[in-house]
Amino acid sequence: MSSSYLPVLILLGVSVANAVGMLVASHVLNPRRPTPEKEMPYESGMIPLGDTRARFSVKFYMVALSFIIFDLETVFLIPWAVAARSLGWQAFAAVAVFTGVLVVGLIYEWRKGVLDWK
Amino acid sequence: MPEILFYVFAGTAVGGAVGVVLQRNPVGSLLFMVGTLASIAGIFVLLEAQFLAAIQLMVYAGAIMVLFLFVIMLLNLGHDYRADLKRGLGAFLAFAVTGALGGLLVGQLGGVGENPLYEYLPGPGELDRVFAADGIVGAIARPLFTDYVVPFELVGILLLVALIGAVALAKKGG
Repeated sequence: MSSSYLPVLILLGVSVANAVGMLVASHVLNPRRPTPEKEMPYESGMIPLGDTRARFSVKFYMVALSFIIFDLETVFLIPWAVAARSLGWQAFAAVAVFTGVLVVGLIYEWRKGVLDWK
Repeated sequence: MPEILFYVFAGTAVGGAVGVVLQRNPVGSLLFMVGTLASIAGIFVLLEAQFLAAIQLMVYAGAIMVLFLFVIMLLNLGHDYRADLKRGLGAFLAFAVTGALGGLLVGQLGGVGENPLYEYLPGPGELDRVFAADGIVGAIARPLFTDYVVPFELVGILLLVALIGAVALAKKGG
């Protein structure tokens, strides 16, 4: 069964070799004539302003956390979706209750205004 | 071939874990951790646990790392971290507790034959029989939605509590 993952392994090998190859080749082949402009962090041609380590709004965290909660919900829905026909209505009821509990959370988030980006 | 691959994935997993500890930049630590978690997904594939491998990549290397990254970005990290590191008794206690837990785990897994955990392991051929009947994902789905349906619903409530807790902590007013 693992042998059917050979294409994935080949893809993994090619991508790692490609990434390492680009880094090594640019180090080996690159003529090194540094100027202050070249040493600056590259920010799409703009002169960088301020520190990268600024504090970010907590709104990003709320979105990230909602993503994780519903991502985990998906993790439980996938096994049910794959085996739904053979599991029957009892499993459907279980999944409906599970989804219902999380919809309560979604409604709470919505009413609290977490989903509004202002 | 699987043996070589196991050592490659195990090596990158351990190397990534060492990298997490040695990195001074937290974002660098995070990238090493993604490498470790992805290597563990590779080991899951070698163990014929393809569903777990997919979940490992989706949840750990994806969602959990996003959460860690946002926590790092939320904290103001413009200063030197070395002052934050606990020294003396705190460090000693941390190592002692970690070592004791690790020793306990090794002790639990070490005694082959007398370990109560082995009662729950499937017998020889059992996994092949279940995979043939339900498929790899179905082998997880069937017990999850029949015998373990109450823990499954409790997971839903746990997720709800986590969501509401996060909103209550982080959302001002409203």
